[in-house]
Amino acid sequence: MSDDGKQATMPASMNGAHPDAAMRSLPDNLAVKCPKCRELLLGKDWERNLKVCPKCGHHAQLTAQERIDLLIDEESDFEQIDRDLVSNDPLKFVSLSGTDRSKLDGLADSTGLKESVVVGSGIIDGLPVMLVIMDFRFLGGSMGAVVGEKITHAIEIATYERIPLLIATASGGARMQEGVIALMQMAKTSAALARMAEAGVPYIVLLTDPTTGGVTASFAMLGDVTIAEPGALVAFTGPRVIEQSMHIKLPKDVGYAEYLLAHGMIDGIVHRRALKATIARLLHLYDDAEKAMN
Amino acid sequence: MLAFDLDFEKRLADVDKRIQGLQKKGSKLKGDERVKLNEYQQELETLMREVYGNLTTWQTVQVARHPKRPYTSDFIDLMCENFFELRGDRRYGDDRAILGGLASLDGETVVILGNQKGRDTKERMECNFGMSHPEGYRKVLRLLRHAERFHLPVITLVDIPGASPGLEDEQRGIAQAIAENLMVMSALRTPIITVVIGEGGSGGALGISVADRILMLEHSIYTVASPEAAAAIMWRDSAYAASAAEAMKITAKDLKQLRLIEEIIPEPLGGAHQDKAEVAASVKSAILRHLAELRRKSTEDLLECRYQRYRDIGRSAIANLPVGALP
Ligand SMILES: [Zn+2]
Repeated sequence: MSDDGKQATMPASMNGAHPDAAMRSLPDNLAVKCPKCRELLLGKDWERNLKVCPKCGHHAQLTAQERIDLLIDEESDFEQIDRDLVSNDPLKFVSLSGTDRSKLDGLADSTGLKESVVVGSGIIDGLPVMLVIMDFRFLGGSMGAVVGEKITHAIEIATYERIPLLIATASGGARMQEGVIALMQMAKTSAALARMAEAGVPYIVLLTDPTTGGVTASFAMLGDVTIAEPGALVAFTGPRVIEQSMHIKLPKDVGYAEYLLAHGMIDGIVHRRALKATIARLLHLYDDAEKAMN
Repeated sequence: MLAFDLDFEKRLADVDKRIQGLQKKGSKLKGDERVKLNEYQQELETLMREVYGNLTTWQTVQVARHPKRPYTSDFIDLMCENFFELRGDRRYGDDRAILGGLASLDGETVVILGNQKGRDTKERMECNFGMSHPEGYRKVLRLLRHAERFHLPVITLVDIPGASPGLEDEQRGIAQAIAENLMVMSALRTPIITVVIGEGGSGGALGISVADRILMLEHSIYTVASPEAAAAIMWRDSAYAASAAEAMKITAKDLKQLRLIEEIIPEPLGGAHQDKAEVAASVKSAILRHLAELRRKSTEDLLECRYQRYRDIGRSAIANLPVGALP
């Protein structure tokens, strides 16, 4: 895969003309600083550039809604499932400062999300696809019972309907506050993926910044095809943790998408501007294969 | 002989010292000393019941990590006959943090494997303190496929602080190695029984423990992250490890209550390290009992039950879950 973004087709909702796309959240004249190189940009230019820094190429995190808008043909085609599932705090988790319930409620207010993943079906370049899109803003994209259930449900629907599955990861891993229940979601999602693989339904993984821990060590590494955004941190143990625990200094590239590509872990790195076209190409290849079988 | 090395065992150690002092006299023991010895022995037993009947979560962590605790190699020695070790992943190397192979368990050939921490300094270094590298998970994968091919049940013994967190592990794809095992174990066409014998640490433990039955020794633990790491992540200070351990509900009793495991196997009074033969016998009989049950299922039934076992985990932890049919 060698898409460098040059032949990009810009999705309608991302070209600045869409009236209510979630990307149009910033006032046009607001200044935004690139989180990496500190370049100052106008809000409208930042959004028009899909939150990719024109100077250094840094791909900033997208919200789940922004990611969905970026990928699917028509926003109205997106049918979200399991929107209302929330955790009931199964461990009655006792934090150092009381329980964590209030924190969860506060998050739901600020992000408009009830959990760290949005799941549903949509159309990409005319082809149906099941979408699982993680949102790092909600408790670091962490996976608890709800995330595991929503993802498993999506995998099961995709398997049953024989629709390709796309998961865009962004997660710090399993959610500590749900203990082993959270850990077991790694096994639960992987078990569903085993059945999907057996059924011969394609599974595409898009690794976005950052993806670490238990999410990396389960469904993020089980794709039939795996692509990443440039510069995305993708690791089991993050480079800072390795440096601290092993008391060593690591080369700068360790743990990033380019490093994974060099070590044979992923199939390609795709600029955000070429993302939709790249995924569409892949979907058409599988779609043609499925048609040839029937 | 009993061993009391942990900080909360100080009272036990004191009484034990008095007992040993008297026992040393052997046949020269006077009548009143004999009475005293008997008193001390009863006192020790009462104290042990009191202390070990009320372990805090953090004390359980200490017992689970006890340097004298029986390891996978001990269980294999004490439970099995004719152990034939299978080594290497055929791709990169042989991870000594995983010990596994063919063995005879009560006359039946099984594949048995587990995490190995190493007893002395040299062994601990060789075993990377029990923390598996990617080649360890790929050795497990090879053994799993081997078991499937010859319809052998798989027994896995879990005792790992966590998967190895090093540069070379990232290079060789530790996350991919674990993930692949989760997927393969979930659909492996032969029974799998896991026994958590010490520490079940995070994804590193999960990577060898997707099973039809999960049993835990009474004082073992299973955690989403080590208490130290969890405290550092949640509260930016690993000094709160004990609080994190408590909050994450990591003991066998906690996990049985959460219906995440099938059975708790009792340990000898004072912990598994006080009587390895006894604990190995308990583990063996539990394994044989569960194996007999699993043997009665057809392969399709076995796989469907295993799928549902995991499919159900966490559903009771969700509010607003619609009841009704999945696709
Ligand atoms: Zn920049």
